[in-house]
Amino acid sequence: MKLELRGITKSFGALIANDHIDLVVASGEIHSLLGENGAGKSTLMNVLYGLYEPTAGEILIDDKPVKFSGPADAMAAGIGMVHQHFMLVPVFTVAENVALGAESTTFGGVLNLEDTRRKIREISAKFGFNVDPDALVEDLPVGVQQRVEIIKALVRNAKILILDEPTAVLTPQETDELMEIMAQLKAGGTSIVFISHKLREVKAVSDTITVIRRGKVVGSADPTAATTELASMMVGRSVSLTLNKADAVPGELTFKVTNLSVMNDAGHRLLDDVTFSVAKGEILAVAGVQGNGQSELTEAVLGLHKRTLGSITLDGKELVGKSVREVLDSGVGFVPEDRQDDGLVGEFSIAENLILDLYTKAPYSRRGTLNRAVIAKNADAKVAEFDVRTQSSQSAADTLSGGNQQKVVLARELARPLKLFIASQPTRGVDVGSIEFLHKRIVAERDSGTPVIIVSTELDEVMELADRIAVLFAGKLMGIVPGKSSRELLGLMMAGLNAADAQAQLDAPVAPENGELP
Amino acid sequence: MSETPSIPAPTPAPTPAPTPDSKDVKDAEGTRVIREIMSGNAIISVLAVLVALVIGGILIAITDPRVTAASGYFFADPGATFSAIWASVSEAYGALWRGATYDPTARTWQGQLGIFETLTFATPLILAGLAVTLAFRAGLFNIGAQGQIIMGATFAGVVGFQMHLPPVIHLLAVILAGAIGGAIWAGIAGFLKARTGAHEVIVTIMLNYIAVSFVLYLLKNQLKAPGSTNPISPQMDANAMLPLLLGPNFRVNAGLILAILAVIAVAWLLNRSTLGFEYRAIGANPKAARTAGMIVSRGYITVMLISGALAGLAGVTQIAGTEKSLDSEIAGSIGFDAITVALLGRSKPWGTFFAALLFGAFKAGGTSMAVNADVSIDIVAVVQSLIVLFIAAPPLIRSMFRIKAVRPEGAKA
Repeated sequence: MKLELRGITKSFGALIANDHIDLVVASGEIHSLLGENGAGKSTLMNVLYGLYEPTAGEILIDDKPVKFSGPADAMAAGIGMVHQHFMLVPVFTVAENVALGAESTTFGGVLNLEDTRRKIREISAKFGFNVDPDALVEDLPVGVQQRVEIIKALVRNAKILILDEPTAVLTPQETDELMEIMAQLKAGGTSIVFISHKLREVKAVSDTITVIRRGKVVGSADPTAATTELASMMVGRSVSLTLNKADAVPGELTFKVTNLSVMNDAGHRLLDDVTFSVAKGEILAVAGVQGNGQSELTEAVLGLHKRTLGSITLDGKELVGKSVREVLDSGVGFVPEDRQDDGLVGEFSIAENLILDLYTKAPYSRRGTLNRAVIAKNADAKVAEFDVRTQSSQSAADTLSGGNQQKVVLARELARPLKLFIASQPTRGVDVGSIEFLHKRIVAERDSGTPVIIVSTELDEVMELADRIAVLFAGKLMGIVPGKSSRELLGLMMAGLNAADAQAQLDAPVAPENGELP
Repeated sequence: MSETPSIPAPTPAPTPAPTPDSKDVKDAEGTRVIREIMSGNAIISVLAVLVALVIGGILIAITDPRVTAASGYFFADPGATFSAIWASVSEAYGALWRGATYDPTARTWQGQLGIFETLTFATPLILAGLAVTLAFRAGLFNIGAQGQIIMGATFAGVVGFQMHLPPVIHLLAVILAGAIGGAIWAGIAGFLKARTGAHEVIVTIMLNYIAVSFVLYLLKNQLKAPGSTNPISPQMDANAMLPLLLGPNFRVNAGLILAILAVIAVAWLLNRSTLGFEYRAIGANPKAARTAGMIVSRGYITVMLISGALAGLAGVTQIAGTEKSLDSEIAGSIGFDAITVALLGRSKPWGTFFAALLFGAFKAGGTSMAVNADVSIDIVAVVQSLIVLFIAAPPLIRSMFRIKAVRPEGAKA
């Protein structure tokens, strides 16, 4: 089935998210849409999936124009979509989830799941999905949940599958498996639209690459094109993808975490007996799939968790039991995982956000009164220094793009003399051009002799920045390995093997079957 | 772009648990709608008032017998109907306007100067409106101004008619007592919110009922005026009263000055002080405030104390300004009008001030309209309610006047 988008334009008021986009997806090809966050990829796919009505332009399937007034129309036309965040009911079984919305029933409205189970088994066998129709979705690993989403689309006879940032939630191994599945689907005649901003993956799977920038198609590329070439097309200027950083010169171990555990209200350990230390002038990256205790680790350091056991010391001073203000005042710079939720006050101006944790300090305030002139001057200086793209430092923070918001947070946290710098997901949702800048600032902070902890679920980022890498799995530390460790080793550790076992498995002559749930 | 995982964490990774203190943070979502209403621009407020007045005008016209009579021969003489409508509406609103400002036709010269009645009615509304505004900016919806006014008036009253102090000192004691009374009442809600997560809307509503019943109990027992059969207190000492600004012919009193000072103080607090910075941050994004080292629970308690003190001062201007003695109707509908005033004023101190003046004018002019134009005073209540309706539904006004909603730049799927 051939899909064609002709002159698709979608605007929200004055904002044009898609500007005359032309795109042809041939039958049985994997077509990648490459673009930065906010380039308009998701908007385009939502138009295609019937979630948005295009302002102008038309959609053609097998050269016949079609009109979708909702996802049901799109599905009926053979288009399936796997969203970045899965649309599954965790407490339902796989079969129940697949049946949802297209239930087959017998007399009197009695649910007939057997039919669905049979279809799941068929598809599962055909593509080697290895999915049990009766497993509860909440018991399945993320990679398998994603396959359930794909099955959902295939059961509804999707001929074109849209995968929206599918690898964002996967371990490297799961990513490889997904790519294999994509190849098999393609062999079976399914066209795939693959949306990503990860160049390595796009190059690995695509037949055709279309690059989108600021809502416009800026060109298409061959998967054999050089990575830097793709990156510059995406950003619109040349970017250097490799960070030229000198080797770390680790100094004294000033930050120590000893037997740290964090419990939730139910007493469940989200972080379990973690011990490590970071030296002055080195970057320790904490790797792991999202939700394995990284957030709890950083929040515990900042003093946001009350149920904390163990010890965290900075320059010999205990931080556990201190208030957030006291921790910040002892010289900790903190970039939270979710900048919009925790790092910024969206309706505050950039200037106000730049003093969000400094507003009680001179010269920004004296005797309880804010000094607005100093605050404005500080803001203008920081906006210039960190190249925050904005009309004015008095604009509200939520008018900024993700990358510029992150620059504001970083500018604030690096503004004072630090004894420890912690950044969670410092470049999540940030465009390639800003990533380069943010990484350089982080390395500069390291080189000035600050111990730095970077928490990231992006393996590329971890490997780029780290002098040493700690891997967390299910709240436990799987080990700390050198910064130049292999992707495979880290992948195994992220899947729950400790450093020694992971190394042993890599050294073993035959790669073992990967341990999938039945 | 928020990265809240909509999927359970991979097994056997632990499911993400609610972070401690998340109760402080969760119901920010609950106030999101009100926040949207409050943060619209001033044009919406003005248009809401205009549209409400137009609809009020339609109601005035169709309830006027002259219009009804003229419409009986509409097809024979349509002009008669229109001139009847014009006469009816312009008479009513004209009377409203003159009653609220200056009415040369009034019999007494005091009666001509309705503007001072407007200011008198506006005084407690300004203070109570500020109470709602301030709490709202910190993310709390203080529905309890009514109860806080009652408690403020009760505390002020006890000091005012049971104690006998020298001039000035007595008045200062009354003002202080009123502020404390209101602060305690609102502080209960703030404390419960901070410590247990109890929603301030529910708590303040319930505290309103408790305040009314409590003051009624006191008025039937300890505070009853000697010899009175009604539940009403003795009169305040002369020393305890807010001085009249323009002599005995007008009710306008020093409470107005108190209210204006309060507007200035709240404006400074919100826009210039570190405390206000903290309140605004907590109100706009409590999670980010917490991450930046602010103590959200302490913010909730202190802002409610200040908010309650402002409402308590509104109680003071009632008992020590106009009413002289305490009864269970001391707060009238001020506590609820204050919410509308704060909404109309877009939760800005000076916006609240002008909205309170408008409502004071409605109150002062409403009587004149009822008397001089023979229009039911209920029309004023209808207009006030319509204003609330239109402010509460900004998209309605926007679509009526084709005002584009401002959309944040990051409007992607």
